[in-house]
Amino acid sequence: MQAVAEAHGHEHGDELSFWRKYVFSVDHKVIGKQYMSLALFMMLIGGLTAFLIRWQLAWPETPVPGFGWVPEPTMFDGVVPPEFYNALITMHGTIMVFFVAMPFLLGAFGNFLIPLMVGADDMAFPRLNMMSFWTIFTASMVLLSAFFVPAGAAAAGWTGYAPLSADPQYTGVTWGINLWLIALALEFASFLMGGVNFLTTAINMRAPGLTLMRLPLMVWTQVTAAVLFMLSVGPLVGGAVMLLLDRTIGTGFFRPDRGGDALLWQHLFWFFGHPEVYVVMLPGFGIILEIFPVFTRKPLFAYKAIIYSIIGTGILSFIVWAHHMFVSGIDPRLATPFSVTTILISVPFAIMVFSMVASFRGGAISYPTPMLFAVGTLATFVIGGVTGIFLGSAAVDIFLHGTYFVVAHFHYTLFPSVLFGGFAGVYFWFPKMFGRMMNETLGKIHFWITLVGFNCVFIPLFLAGAAGNMRRVYNPMQYDFLKHLSGIHQFATIATVVLLIGQVPFVINFFWSLFAGQPATDNPWRANTLEWATSSPPPHGNFEKVPTVYRDPYEYSLPGMTQDFLPQYAPAPAPRGV
Amino acid sequence: MSSVAIAEHGDAESREFTAQPLGRIGVWWFLASEIMVFGGLIGSYILSRVAAGGWAAERAHVNTRIAIINTIVLVTSSFTIVKAHAAAEADNRGQARRFMLLTVILGCMFLCFKGYEYSIEIEHGFTPATSLFWSFYYTMTGLHGLHVLIGIIINLSLFLLAGGAAWPRIKHRVEYAGLYWHFVDVVWIFLFPLLYLA
Repeated sequence: MQAVAEAHGHEHGDELSFWRKYVFSVDHKVIGKQYMSLALFMMLIGGLTAFLIRWQLAWPETPVPGFGWVPEPTMFDGVVPPEFYNALITMHGTIMVFFVAMPFLLGAFGNFLIPLMVGADDMAFPRLNMMSFWTIFTASMVLLSAFFVPAGAAAAGWTGYAPLSADPQYTGVTWGINLWLIALALEFASFLMGGVNFLTTAINMRAPGLTLMRLPLMVWTQVTAAVLFMLSVGPLVGGAVMLLLDRTIGTGFFRPDRGGDALLWQHLFWFFGHPEVYVVMLPGFGIILEIFPVFTRKPLFAYKAIIYSIIGTGILSFIVWAHHMFVSGIDPRLATPFSVTTILISVPFAIMVFSMVASFRGGAISYPTPMLFAVGTLATFVIGGVTGIFLGSAAVDIFLHGTYFVVAHFHYTLFPSVLFGGFAGVYFWFPKMFGRMMNETLGKIHFWITLVGFNCVFIPLFLAGAAGNMRRVYNPMQYDFLKHLSGIHQFATIATVVLLIGQVPFVINFFWSLFAGQPATDNPWRANTLEWATSSPPPHGNFEKVPTVYRDPYEYSLPGMTQDFLPQYAPAPAPRGV
Repeated sequence: MSSVAIAEHGDAESREFTAQPLGRIGVWWFLASEIMVFGGLIGSYILSRVAAGGWAAERAHVNTRIAIINTIVLVTSSFTIVKAHAAAEADNRGQARRFMLLTVILGCMFLCFKGYEYSIEIEHGFTPATSLFWSFYYTMTGLHGLHVLIGIIINLSLFLLAGGAAWPRIKHRVEYAGLYWHFVDVVWIFLFPLLYLA
């Protein structure tokens, strides 16, 4: 490990103050770590909201252990009241999608990896990058502050459907939803800045020889996600402004009583909301696509087909949004085309999934923690994908819509990519980020508890949903036909507790390894992509000199070679016996 | 726009895989996302108007005369920023600054006329809460006005910076400011017929 602390064309050297170096840093690696810290912190809060929701569903209107201190009227001696329950489900969804998934997968990994993987010294616009982090930081604080304002946090569901969200008298929430809208607008602004950076860097700052068809798939997925986000979020930015005006100055865009159309909000929301699913999912796939070739020691199966599938998924994701609205009162003739496009999107996804599975064939497979989490991502995601086909079909969706089946389905798609995929990424790139290896034993404990815990939470919820249990209901046990599901809910809640406790080994491992982990070599996993060409952690400016790229990113176990990997940056294959 | 000339002015230290300056690629992607912001609003407006019908009577109360003057002002400002860009490419600092200032003044004129128009309309009782047409009218023109304001700030700061030692470093940014300013102009070209003529 050597540190070349020269500033490569930057306006500052290495004698920076603490504030410039760690807080208001323009270095993409520091910004990536800041995003990761924010995401992990918000994940903790999102996890706590999940626990409160689950407790209420399993043992309705009983005191939640450990929460007796929360003052009224938020909670009553530890009991979650209906108003706070609504706020919890709203904030859980908002936090997890916008303030965990995106900062974790795009903010942290995108920022840290894109410049390294394309061989650049930093992002294209470093100061814009810093601004993007501090904007989402502000957004998070605005969002969380809503818990402390009168009438509580936003309570119209994470989708904020109008007219529920458009008129304060329906939810009783006044400031909460305004703050929620402001937080979302800031979050969108943050990722628009990030997206400009991601795209410009990946398009224009690639190392010589790094053509598009030699790019690591992580960069491909990040770039596609950035394009999807930037081209889909615009109408919702307009929609958020319109909703805010509805709530504050008396316009009537989404209020039928003033001549508006409540469905318009759903169109604007889901025109963004469905591409957003792939914004979050593709980078998760990108992480595991990087990990599979390394731990199977063979080239990825169908690299180009995967690229075309990523692009195809991206294009299709713009024309499926109304499958969220089959029972909302849209023209039934619209349902069929949207069913078709929705089910069509499983083709490119299946190509990706089968290519990943095929990549295992004949490989020299090993299972360190990153690989375990990567395989866990694939295995659990397939369940989410298959149940998605049920819901994509309008006929089946009419029965299952708005039940716990949907809840289980989208947790089976997002949890694998964000948490399994994200953890796989943390274990895999931790050596590059911090220069130390993470502990394998703790990592494996973390994986198995997470895998078992996660499945035990959400498989029961498929059953509850199929039995007709509606989502977003404060106390399902008040309905006679749902009383027999009490055991299922209690099981899922106990599994939630196990899942949450299962994250403790990760936290211990993270901080212990940060200071006392085994020092990492430059390329501990013997991988091929450019980020492993530099030291661990990389110096400011990343590379001593600009690397040149000679070949595809996944050249493992080539015949006639002395070593089983051939990095992209290695000039010529070493012949056998030398 | 002469792309060949601009490529020569690109930041020599940054690597340009596509032979385009970084700033230009960044600005175009930013504009792509901006198109979607206004595209969503304009699409919502058209669909709502077609579905509701009968908005033409309310449209009759907007002040088309001021809007025509404003259109001329904004199109002229697009011309002046093209001149500023051409002058910057020719490294003619004085002329570039004069045209930047002219663009700023025209932008301010646009906002003043717009504000005057708002005041007339509000005086006659047409506020954002009057009806859906007026909600859309104020939201779309208001958001556009906000963009004009941001453009004025960008152009003004470029004008001020160009007076100092930073000129060689920032002169190619006149192009980026121009791209944004043209976008703001184009949005108005869509809003004007939709809100004032249709």
